[in-house]
Amino acid sequence: MARISARCASERGVVVRGRRGDTGSISKAMNRLTDSAGSSGRPAWVRGIARAMPIVMGYIPIGFAYGVLAQQAGLSLFNTLAMSALVYAGSAQLIAAGLFAAAAPALSIVATTFVVNLRHMLFSAALSPYLKGWRKWELAVFAYELTDESFALHSVRFAANAPSKIEVGALNLTAQLSWILGTWLGAVVGGHIADVRPWALDYTLSAMFIALLVMQVKHRVEVVVALLTGLLAVALTLLKVGQWSVILATMAGATIGVALELLLAKRVADQDAAQQEGAR
Amino acid sequence: MISQGRVFVTIVGMLVVTYLPRVLPLWLFSSRALPPLAIAWLRYVPVAVLSAMLLPSLVLDEGRFALGGHNLYFWAAIPTFFVAWKTRSLFASVLVGMGVVAGARALLNIG
Repeated sequence: MARISARCASERGVVVRGRRGDTGSISKAMNRLTDSAGSSGRPAWVRGIARAMPIVMGYIPIGFAYGVLAQQAGLSLFNTLAMSALVYAGSAQLIAAGLFAAAAPALSIVATTFVVNLRHMLFSAALSPYLKGWRKWELAVFAYELTDESFALHSVRFAANAPSKIEVGALNLTAQLSWILGTWLGAVVGGHIADVRPWALDYTLSAMFIALLVMQVKHRVEVVVALLTGLLAVALTLLKVGQWSVILATMAGATIGVALELLLAKRVADQDAAQQEGAR
Repeated sequence: MISQGRVFVTIVGMLVVTYLPRVLPLWLFSSRALPPLAIAWLRYVPVAVLSAMLLPSLVLDEGRFALGGHNLYFWAAIPTFFVAWKTRSLFASVLVGMGVVAGARALLNIG
């Protein structure tokens, strides 16, 4: 327990240092780590747009695919775009397009969306310690554009230091606009564009997740958590628990992480006690 | 022919059930001090959730294990992982991952 609070305190220290400006060597190093696209000389909104680029490369083709499917499902152009503007959740939109095509009842589409998107609750909770200084309406805007991908980028960044609200907002807005642009392209010119697979655009987000996962893992315990959670998610997917697999595996994985941390802290404390005993 | 009005109402319903889980934890938790154990738990969420979303997409194909030569997503993950580990650069990792996938599709005609 002592170790957990010590770690919290030290991480808070990093955040505070980061807020004071980009002068601390730690925050500078972390900037290089997470922000290869932006140098500190550029304005915050340019940095936000630059940092969104990996997401943009992934969202345009996936938004495109959703646009094509939504048109095939019989949605009007307005409704196709409205879903990308209002719901803004990739996998749920692709599933919903399929359900509309199958003429599923509205209630079952909404219920499915709820289950598919429930994982955002974990993202929102996990980022909350970093956003203490934000006003309610700023949080409301931020939450509206919280996706798997923006969460992945923010969680690496926030742990290092707190970027400005403008940078965060620019990143989120760029990502959503690219999602809407992809949707529009798919809906309007969908059938006429050749296959995007030769450019490997379908691999952008997987590659981004791999890199962000590697950047997140800093301690032994996190390596164990990443491996166990991933394997658990694979097992749950094979067992056909469907959309719950990510949420269940994540909750189990985080619990295992805390348990390991407590165990290690206890072992260190026991060793210290034994040493003191020996010294006496 | 589906009614576009009904589709729009459904989309609004989707908005509500998607937005509430996105915003409520932020509103509830960002204004108060959480117990250290809860903070420790939340700190493992990013690592856990990234891995939970990623690994099935790399080793499974249509709900089955697929570690054969045709699963380009899995094989391309290895150099991507290595580059991410060595360079710590998001852009370099993404470019290498996409380059390997694009190269394999063009040269080896797989995936």
